[in-house]
Amino acid sequence: MQFADTVAVLRCIPVFAPLDPPSLKLLAFSSSYLTLLDGEVLCREGEPGDSVYIVQQGALDVVVTHEGREVLIATLGQNDLFGEMAMICNLPRSATGRARGPLQVIKIEGDVFLQLVTGNADAALGVMRVLSERLMRLVVKYEQLQRSSDAALPGRGAAPSGREC
Amino acid sequence: MEDTLFKYIKRYSWKQQLLITFLTVAYFPFLYASLELPKTIVNQAIAARDFPRTVYGYSFEHVPYLMILCGLFLLIVAANGGFKYYINVYKGQLGERMLRRLRYQLFSHVLRFPVPHFRRTSQGEVIAMITSEVEPIGGFIGDALAQPMFMGGTLLTTLGFMFAQDIVLGLAAVSLYPLQIYLIPKLQKQVNALAKQRVRTVRRLSERIGEAVSAIEEVHTNDTSEHHRAEFAYWSGIIYGIRYKIYRKKFFVKFLNNFIAQLTPFFFYSIGGYLVIRGQLTFGALVAVLSAYKDLSSPWKELLDWYQQKEDARVKYEQLVEQFRPADMLDPQLQEPAAADRLSGPVVVTNVSLQDETGVRIVESATFRFELGERVALLGGTGSGIDVMAKLLARLLVPTSGTICFGGDNAAQLPEAVCGQRLGYVGQHVALLNASIRDNLYYPLRNREIAAIAPKDEAEEIDQRTSRLEAEVSGNTLSDLAGEWIDYGRIGLSGPEELKARAIDLLGFVELEPDLFALGLKRAIDPTEHPNLAACILEARVVLRERLTQPMYAGLVEIFDKAHYNRNMTVAENLLFGLPVGATFDLDRLGDHPYVQQVLDEVGLRGTFLEIGLHAARVMVDLFKGLPPGHEFFERFSFISSEQLADYESAVRKATAFREDLDPADRGLLESLPFRLVAARHRLGLIDQTVEGRILEGRRAFAQGLPAELHTAVAFFDPDAYNPAASVQDNILFGKLVYGRPQAQAEISQLIADVVGALGLRAEIVDLGLDYEVGIGGSRLSVAQRQKLGIARVLIKQPDLIILDQATSALDGPTQQVLFDRLMMKERSGSGLVWTTGDVGCANRFDRVIRMEGGRVIRSGPVDAVAEPAAQPAAASG
Repeated sequence: MQFADTVAVLRCIPVFAPLDPPSLKLLAFSSSYLTLLDGEVLCREGEPGDSVYIVQQGALDVVVTHEGREVLIATLGQNDLFGEMAMICNLPRSATGRARGPLQVIKIEGDVFLQLVTGNADAALGVMRVLSERLMRLVVKYEQLQRSSDAALPGRGAAPSGREC
Repeated sequence: MEDTLFKYIKRYSWKQQLLITFLTVAYFPFLYASLELPKTIVNQAIAARDFPRTVYGYSFEHVPYLMILCGLFLLIVAANGGFKYYINVYKGQLGERMLRRLRYQLFSHVLRFPVPHFRRTSQGEVIAMITSEVEPIGGFIGDALAQPMFMGGTLLTTLGFMFAQDIVLGLAAVSLYPLQIYLIPKLQKQVNALAKQRVRTVRRLSERIGEAVSAIEEVHTNDTSEHHRAEFAYWSGIIYGIRYKIYRKKFFVKFLNNFIAQLTPFFFYSIGGYLVIRGQLTFGALVAVLSAYKDLSSPWKELLDWYQQKEDARVKYEQLVEQFRPADMLDPQLQEPAAADRLSGPVVVTNVSLQDETGVRIVESATFRFELGERVALLGGTGSGIDVMAKLLARLLVPTSGTICFGGDNAAQLPEAVCGQRLGYVGQHVALLNASIRDNLYYPLRNREIAAIAPKDEAEEIDQRTSRLEAEVSGNTLSDLAGEWIDYGRIGLSGPEELKARAIDLLGFVELEPDLFALGLKRAIDPTEHPNLAACILEARVVLRERLTQPMYAGLVEIFDKAHYNRNMTVAENLLFGLPVGATFDLDRLGDHPYVQQVLDEVGLRGTFLEIGLHAARVMVDLFKGLPPGHEFFERFSFISSEQLADYESAVRKATAFREDLDPADRGLLESLPFRLVAARHRLGLIDQTVEGRILEGRRAFAQGLPAELHTAVAFFDPDAYNPAASVQDNILFGKLVYGRPQAQAEISQLIADVVGALGLRAEIVDLGLDYEVGIGGSRLSVAQRQKLGIARVLIKQPDLIILDQATSALDGPTQQVLFDRLMMKERSGSGLVWTTGDVGCANRFDRVIRMEGGRVIRSGPVDAVAEPAAQPAAASG
């Protein structure tokens, strides 16, 4: 994939879209394009979360180890993001990413992204907006789940709801 | 060392001084003749008329007589010059030898200083004293006797001549000497006092400089550079003041001298002129006296200079001697070669106390004992004195009172050959030499020269003999640094190969082997020096290549292939298809080389490169112009530096406006860019297949047309040959890791390690790693690596007792544990172990525990006897 194509991909991804065009180009230029074979590990749980991956072709299994066993929590497809939370919060990776079949991803350097975002107030606000929207959706989903579980278990008290996020 | 300079000179150079004196005396007749002859020529050969004249039975006419006398004069002048030359060279040689001796003695003294003395004496001071302060002393020693003899003799000869001509004139010449002899020492005394002060102040200055250099990190992290500048300015200001005063006084002495010297001719012209007019003195005699007087003023002046120099050297010498005689210096006998027999019997510490220089007792009446083979924990917290006790046991410190005995021998009287070879000590800070890891590891084995190196030919033998002779006359050691120093038999080995095997084994023991393997892989070797290794590496290349065909390694490495463009290399590397040797084909400036430009022209790439360069420059300018200069992204991602960005911006503008008339500088700038492109990494889509094909053509043209004189400037990639410009790793790999494969680095590193291991090459490569230079004080190694090396270094000499004081403190937890377990395994080392620790928990694993608190031993005995029922707060373990 050429540099110009990467710019186009980044432009359609909500987290990166708020960046101004020169920053976006710089981010694309500093990124790398990775190719993985079936079963190859992209990054491991517990490693420092210093980069974000954007799936381009193929599928990426997200796996966590729980009590010694591997649990598949998601499979990501084209233009899905992997690792953005760990990067923004500066946390170790909470899951392992592994290729299911041949996989191609764009690797964005986390520190480059953070420097570009923090250097531009509009971009920072844009990223915050995207993340907040996502959080909002999760909260809504959580409440729905809570309500349905409360309905299934009538003995328990109502979950605290309407909490501001 | 002697108390005064002249005692020193007498002791070490009286024979040479006598020879100089003899030569000087032998010189005087010639000097006298050279003064007498001009008078004879003027009075008897030129002015006289009574010819022919008979001398020794021969008869001479007027002109031949003159010519013979002139010839004689010429001979005497030549002999004079010869004498002077020889005496000067001899004096210089003597001075240099004495300087060498003095420096050697001072340095030997430093090696015998009690260790705590270095808390008060800074490195800067010691260096300044041994290097610069002694220099004028050495220069003076050659002149010590010769100069006053020579100049004094000259003076007396000249005076004698003058008195022989006329007593009154002679008296006139010396009439003012008493005044000078009275005045000058008085003035000199003031200069001496200042000189003493100057020496002291310069030492302070060098101490300050040394401090700033060693604390450079503190300077930066505390923003205190101005403080150090001010401090420097303060001391150099004081030195300036002192020196200025010295100059004023010194030159006043000279002024006085010159003035008096100019006063004397006044007497000659008046008194001498009067005598000639009265006919009591011949005209020739007056001329001769006048010319003799000219000769008189210079030795007199030099005598006074000598006197000033002597005073200066005397002051410096006395101050040096004072500094190099601290109390409690190690007896020189203890550093003499001695049999280093194994220690045996118990270690008995009886009533040992140690006071520091302020009189505070750091260890008080410590009494305990342990057997030599036991594992002993010195248990205690900060300030308990365990670190001092460890140093006392290693004889780095000598007790103020009490004794430490190894099997009945008092440690204080043990020769260093025993302490240094049979005891091993590692502290928290490991000092490494600025040499290779190997040299550092073998350092404890280099105690004495055991065999001189055999000279290769006669010339070398003569060289060797001369340098030995020279060392002998300067009182230096005769040990030759290049000789064989390692006594393999002493450590139970047959030779260098076994030592190497033990070294590698020990590096594994201290967990340093993987680091050395990595360092060895990064080294470049000369295949002519290591032909076998180079052949094995080529074999590894073949094996690796085969392994790379396995599916799990597919696409991780792009192998060098002469017929194919390598998308993971730069364009420059692709064109060269090799690595530059030396600066001729420096990859960063490859486009500047005329031959490269010629090749590009040949294959029609010049125009293409300009286009590609222009495009790449546009992208770079567009991407990076918004960043502040010096931003880290330039370094990380751009192939244009921030300083060059503006130049490229203007070049792009000009190239867009008028391509054809682009000036050569801008053109060169743009054409240089494509060389740095890596197609797989930069993904700008500028190197398409057509361009690749042309670059391949260029590659062929470059290799074919390469002029003979440039053949040595490139090491081409050849699948069947070792590339001397590439590292061992790159030679094995013979390709480039592919960009965009996340696990490539790890997988291939592992694969290389496997292949190297399977071929039995690992030890060889670790051996290459041993040649890695550690830098000043070991600064190119991490603190942990230094500590590991420190432990390996103590183990290699197989001491009877190893004392480790916080010796693993910089290692991570698991490695500390591994090393602790390994060192505690008795059968492994066969030697006793003393380990300082603050951790009561781990103390249980030792045979014996000595518990200290506030400098006192509060409990000691086998581990069960001193076991603590309640857990103590654990301090950092050693």
